[in-house]
Amino acid sequence: MTQTGPAATAGPSPLTERRGFGDRGFQALALIAGLLVLVVLVLIAVSTAQQSVSWFSTSGLNGIFSTHWDPASNRFGAMAFVYGTVISSVIAIIIAVPISIGVSLLLTQVVPGKIARPIVYVIDLLAVVPSVVWGLWGILVLAPWLQGIYGSISSGVNGIPVLDSLFGGPSTDGSSFFTAGIVLAIMVTPIITSLAREVIATVPAIDKEGAYALGATRWEMIRGAVWPHSQGGVVGAVLVGFGRAMGETMAAALVIGASAQVTSHLFYTGYSIPAVIANQFGEAAGTMRSALIGLGLFLFAITIVINLVARGIVERSARRARGA
Amino acid sequence: MAKLEVPETVKDKAAAEPGNPVFDVRDVSTYYGNFKAVKNVSLTIHENEVTAFIGPSGCGKTTVLRTLNRMNDLIPGARVEGDITYRGQSLYAKQVSPTAVRRRIGMVFQKANPFPKSIYDNVAYGPRINGIRKKSDLDGIVERSLKQAALWDEVKNRLNKSALGMSGGQQQRLCIARTLAVEPDVVLMDEPCSALDPIATGRIEDLMQEIKSQYTIVIVTHNMQQATRVSDRTAFYSVERNEESDTRTGVLVEYDQTAKIFENPSNPLTGDYVTGRMG
Ligand SMILES: Nc1ncnc2c1ncn2[C@@H]1O[C@H](COP(=O)(O)OP(=O)(O)OP(=O)(O)O)[C@@H](O)[C@H]1O
Ligand SMILES: [Mg+2]
Repeated sequence: MTQTGPAATAGPSPLTERRGFGDRGFQALALIAGLLVLVVLVLIAVSTAQQSVSWFSTSGLNGIFSTHWDPASNRFGAMAFVYGTVISSVIAIIIAVPISIGVSLLLTQVVPGKIARPIVYVIDLLAVVPSVVWGLWGILVLAPWLQGIYGSISSGVNGIPVLDSLFGGPSTDGSSFFTAGIVLAIMVTPIITSLAREVIATVPAIDKEGAYALGATRWEMIRGAVWPHSQGGVVGAVLVGFGRAMGETMAAALVIGASAQVTSHLFYTGYSIPAVIANQFGEAAGTMRSALIGLGLFLFAITIVINLVARGIVERSARRARGA
Repeated sequence: MAKLEVPETVKDKAAAEPGNPVFDVRDVSTYYGNFKAVKNVSLTIHENEVTAFIGPSGCGKTTVLRTLNRMNDLIPGARVEGDITYRGQSLYAKQVSPTAVRRRIGMVFQKANPFPKSIYDNVAYGPRINGIRKKSDLDGIVERSLKQAALWDEVKNRLNKSALGMSGGQQQRLCIARTLAVEPDVVLMDEPCSALDPIATGRIEDLMQEIKSQYTIVIVTHNMQQATRVSDRTAFYSVERNEESDTRTGVLVEYDQTAKIFENPSNPLTGDYVTGRMG
């Protein structure tokens, strides 16, 4: 018996998928764009690695991982710059995080929307001030002002075991790891605030009411309902800010003081990776040029690691929140 | 639709002498900004009873419920006129703290809203903000509350797992346990079963019967059978349309023993609603 009816007729059945040209075209475009970004990243990594090969081969591992940077005698140790970059960024984060989280909680949970909106606008404006402007302000206004303060803190902690080795003198012209940290904090605070605020604003009202209905005060509600919801995103925001602080060039170059040293004294002058590249790349040649490019590679690697860690933390807390 | 039968046990209880008044609501109107959502509500809610709020959508059941524990304070522009006394004290007096009110008068919401934390931490949240820190005390409270909410056996081996991994019905019972953990005086429930299947609903109804000897319960429901099964008294609200200003305001039509409301209502509107001819 031959089959009849709709199943036998030729052509697509109503249940087979029919995807339009636009749909497929868009998917292909997205794929190509994604691959392109990946390819560009790999190319950058490979070509900078190539350019820094002579640094690796002439200095050796011991040379690279030393703190001794002296182009005149062909010593190109990277660690003083890595140290300066990390320390100034850590200082920046320690200052910026409480302020950013406080301000974003204030703007989303306390201040009514009508008043919050202009404040948000101003904060977002701060985020687009060019970094060289912050650097100039840092060196012209902030550093001279801090010089006196550093002096009195240093004499205050003189002789006290741990504090002396952190905040002891002699004071400089005001440029230091700490000054760079402050300027970087000012620069990353708007970024962290704006990301954290967006995350916190997505906490559903019903969750907040759940806490209030148990008699929570506003602060208790924030700890109970807002924080567990947004901690992953806020950690992500902080790490984005950390990455920005580490890669920051002009501001750090102007206020960190330009001396390659590793010291626990935060009021001493230091150096950072982007700053040394900006300051010395122009006259660099030979191994020095290669070493500066290698430093760029270092920074690239550190920021990638930080981003991967950030992603991991954000995903883990999202998974935990979903109940896995 | 035929008239709903009210179980004899419920009937007898409500017919007997009513419990002490817990809430005395006098001539209360609630506004959202300039919009008058409900007007001139007066009713008395009695101790150790279940009071049901019924009525068509938008008639202000949730609004009235939220004025009872000052949850509406959280909505900008919301405002209450009239008097509400809670155990003889004016609820909206200046010196009254809304957080203190809500510690005594808990609330369960339509949509289960556990915190994205472990089951244990969800239940312990309330006691913790009340200053209970000792692990052994908290353990006891968590176990007692989960047992009261008929959830203990299902979750006792996964107390440290996230509450968001539970089923909807379990989440709702967890929210009830969380509310009971602070030992409130009153539990307000806003359509607590509307997202649940009949079995989960039955569990929560049983639970209400079990705990009402210790608590006073007010429940909003769209389910007539549920109102007849669980409540001692029922308040029927409706919407009054004002043709001139084109506004709709909620009004309390009738408040009485549940048996009376469903079997012999005084107001024809109530009769129409409970027999399904309107709403
Ligand atoms: N936050 C709010 N802001 C403004 N108007 C509101 C707000 N909440 C409720 N209303 C209005 O108040 C009136 C009563 O709403 P309410 O939520 O109390 O009704 P309900 O009886 O609980 O309805 P339902 O059965 O659909 O839950 C409605 O007209 C509603 O639009
Ligand atoms: Mg409602």
